[in-house]
Amino acid sequence: MKVLIVGGGNTLYFLCRSLLAKDHEIVIINRDPSECIQLARDLAAATVVCGDGSTMKILEEAGAMEADAVLAVTPNDQDNLVICQLASLQFDVPKAVALANDPDNAEAFRRLGVSAFSTTNIVSSLIEQWASLEHILNLIPVGEGRVNVTEIILEEDAPVAGKYLKEIELPENALIAVLIRHNRPTIPRGENDLQAGDRLVVITMPENHRPVMKALTGKPD
Amino acid sequence: MKNSRTIVILGCGRLGTYLAIQLSRSGDSVVVIDRHETAFDNLSADFSGFRILGDGTHMQVLRKAGVEKANIFISTTDDDNVNVMTAQVARKIFDVPQVLARVLDPKREEIFRQLGIDAICTTTLSAHVFLQTIANGPEKAKGARS
Repeated sequence: MKVLIVGGGNTLYFLCRSLLAKDHEIVIINRDPSECIQLARDLAAATVVCGDGSTMKILEEAGAMEADAVLAVTPNDQDNLVICQLASLQFDVPKAVALANDPDNAEAFRRLGVSAFSTTNIVSSLIEQWASLEHILNLIPVGEGRVNVTEIILEEDAPVAGKYLKEIELPENALIAVLIRHNRPTIPRGENDLQAGDRLVVITMPENHRPVMKALTGKPD
Repeated sequence: MKNSRTIVILGCGRLGTYLAIQLSRSGDSVVVIDRHETAFDNLSADFSGFRILGDGTHMQVLRKAGVEKANIFISTTDDDNVNVMTAQVARKIFDVPQVLARVLDPKREEIFRQLGIDAICTTTLSAHVFLQTIANGPEKAKGARS
């Protein structure tokens, strides 16, 4: 994939490092000349373009025409929005994603037609989950936060341990998508049973997430 | 002229200040937003509106300024991206009926229009006046007014 990343600082550096490790073609856009020199040194495999990524000229220079994705992670929400709007409207970049530094802006950007994420929201929801339920391993919001994918470990006292899937009553709009037992994943059906120590990947909606977790783990939310 | 329009102006620089004072004088209810407290110093005594201290790219600041109930929103900051973002937010999220944005970079004017914003490029506007005045020649320029 050819990815244009606009921004600077640690976020950009580590993001680029991990994308380069996966063999993606990376073009970095940064408006600070000295940071550009540093980035070009530290990330030799990336192309660095110095300039304002919210202008047509610089986006074009960076190859926005052929880009598969544009990622705007500057500390300024207004720049991130404009970068993504230009990328999709002027250069038809298939995927443009903006960082919303102000979590309120994540929703606003989506309503303006730009995919957005807020690290504040992601981290705070992770902290909330970890703090309330130790046996939850992962919680990933997908579909712009309208769907949660959660991985949990069943403990001895879980109300569903020892039951068959067909016997378990879950609230509406919830699904046990994957069952992992002894590191072997299966897509479970009604005939599968659940045991303590099983890892489950559960799909929920944010509004029924807590009741579903309670039904599976028995832990108060 | 008495009317009951509510007008929110983002940016209290020279342009924002001028607009705020004029509109306030003509009877509009005006709210001005700026990040710097000192920016409000130039509002004259006959400005009867509200001053909101804060960053207009933060939704909470816009809400606090009452954008939801505004009839007109004008963004006049010296950052084109701030203007285009807040104008879109005002128009599409807070449903403000009339939204105007100042644009400095003429190259951006057209793009902003495509995003559905009434963009006023102050650079192009003043350049037109300059060119017009030059075209009128030196003898007419003495009393020339745009």
